[in-house]
Amino acid sequence: MIALDNVTLTYPGRTGPVTALAGTTLHVRRGEFAAVVGPSGCGKSTLMKLVTGLIRPTSGTVAVEDKPVTGPVKLAGMAFQNANLLPWRTVLANVMLPLEIVPPYRQRFSRDKAAFQDKAMALLNVVGLGAFADRFPWEMSGGMQQRASLCRALIHEPALLMLDEPFAALDAFTREELWCVLRDLWQKLGFTVILVTHDLREAGFLADTIHVMSARPGRIVETRAVDFARPRELDVCYTPDFTQLVHELRGRIAEARQAA
Amino acid sequence: MKMKLSAEDMAPVAFTVALFVIWEAACRLFRIDTFILPAPTDIFAAMVKYWWPLLKNSFVTLWTTMAGFAIAVVFGIALGIVVGWSRTIYRGLYPVMIGFNSVPKVAVVPILIMWFGIGEIPAILTAFLISFFPIVVNVATGLATTEPELEDVLRALGASKLDIMRKVGIPRTGPYLFGALKVGITLAFVGAVVSETIGANAGVGHLMVQAGSNFQMPLVFAGLMALAIQGILMYAVFAAFERRMVAWAFRSSTGAGG
Ligand SMILES: Nc1ncnc2c1ncn2[C@@H]1O[C@H](COP(=O)(O)OP(=O)(O)OP(=O)(O)O)[C@@H](O)[C@H]1O
Ligand SMILES: [Mg+2]
Repeated sequence: MIALDNVTLTYPGRTGPVTALAGTTLHVRRGEFAAVVGPSGCGKSTLMKLVTGLIRPTSGTVAVEDKPVTGPVKLAGMAFQNANLLPWRTVLANVMLPLEIVPPYRQRFSRDKAAFQDKAMALLNVVGLGAFADRFPWEMSGGMQQRASLCRALIHEPALLMLDEPFAALDAFTREELWCVLRDLWQKLGFTVILVTHDLREAGFLADTIHVMSARPGRIVETRAVDFARPRELDVCYTPDFTQLVHELRGRIAEARQAA
Repeated sequence: MKMKLSAEDMAPVAFTVALFVIWEAACRLFRIDTFILPAPTDIFAAMVKYWWPLLKNSFVTLWTTMAGFAIAVVFGIALGIVVGWSRTIYRGLYPVMIGFNSVPKVAVVPILIMWFGIGEIPAILTAFLISFFPIVVNVATGLATTEPELEDVLRALGASKLDIMRKVGIPRTGPYLFGALKVGITLAFVGAVVSETIGANAGVGHLMVQAGSNFQMPLVFAGLMALAIQGILMYAVFAAFERRMVAWAFRSSTGAGG
């Protein structure tokens, strides 16, 4: 579904060109849960922007669903480390924002508003925010905001979910809770996910495939298939195989940082 | 919300009353000449005696201020949106606008009077000029400082620039705009009065200049009082308006009550 081939990206930068990615090749199948890990500043967020078509590669090709990406892809839901909710909208209205923008929903928005509201409420219920739909974002904790942000990324049933360290600012318990929320949503809806994370346990628990990036200029130096049986329970994180995987990935990233 | 007046709410009134009492006491104690500084009682007496000219001229000042301010709001928002539309335009024009804004508008009043003659038009134009730039700058800043990540979220959904403006940019500009309106109305008022004192045939500024040249000090101060009342009222109206319109921007003080 997603194919980056030999992609290089150079930012003009204020103090001279910065090459964020050099010769990156990455393939993600439809419905796959891919995780990208790597040292800070290696170009992970840049990779996300390339896939969604927010920026164009300096060289190489980016294709989504076999079509070369020439502009914003219009089928992606995104969530970042900051929930980025609109403070003047209630949680429910925030979650419904994509429906006001993405066709075919946008044409029907005023007519089918009630149905859309139900849809948003159903999703909020899944992440445990049903009772908070009428709150404003600033009346909620960081974890609750992040759940809402996840709902906003999924409300329009995107084929592709792009997550850039969405759980990085949360405490360990909330984070694990949200892993499970994401796991369940993914299993139910079957979208494709690219998850950027610094947390190797997060990658190991959630992903089918983990891509390790080198230090800047980034490229993929290793791709690991994760074959723990699905559906996974949090207990899997405490098995020797899992610890082994995390340990190896850690070593790989340490190497990548050394090489810089 | 309960309408209970706490000590904190009463404090401004208490301070104002105290100020007048001290003023009055000082005038009597040191026998200050009315031609230098009239006592509050003299001023209030003048206000009662000249209530009609004060009211008539206050009305002129009020409407010239409002007219100038209204033009400033319309053009200020429009130009603000144009400037804030792209970060490149913003970066290019922002220093120019700050430059224009630092020209003392009072210096332009004589030119306006030469162009348009003595009357209400110079006052309206001064009010407009003085309150226009803060509105442009604030609207443009509100738009141009939209969080890039939020923009990315919307662009990845296929949102057009116009969608982003409508859903994020413009609502986000609310607090900047209302903040600018609150400051702008006060500035417009200053502009109108200054213009009236330089050359006009009506308005509180004009009234005060005339009273001054007739050595009617209590009336000059009564004019000042009329200005203070108007200024405070206009500020209060826009401050209340701001609180209503962009309550979300005052998140900490609105509380999280359910
Ligand atoms: N707009 C830009 N202009 C110039 N350089 C940039 C720009 N955006 C990113 N960079 C540079 O490109 C490199 C990769 O940035 P990117 O944000 O993709 O890193 P990242 O892997 O997401 O880092 P982190 O893990 O800290 O989030 C960095 O060295 C950064 O300084
Ligand atoms: Mg990043």
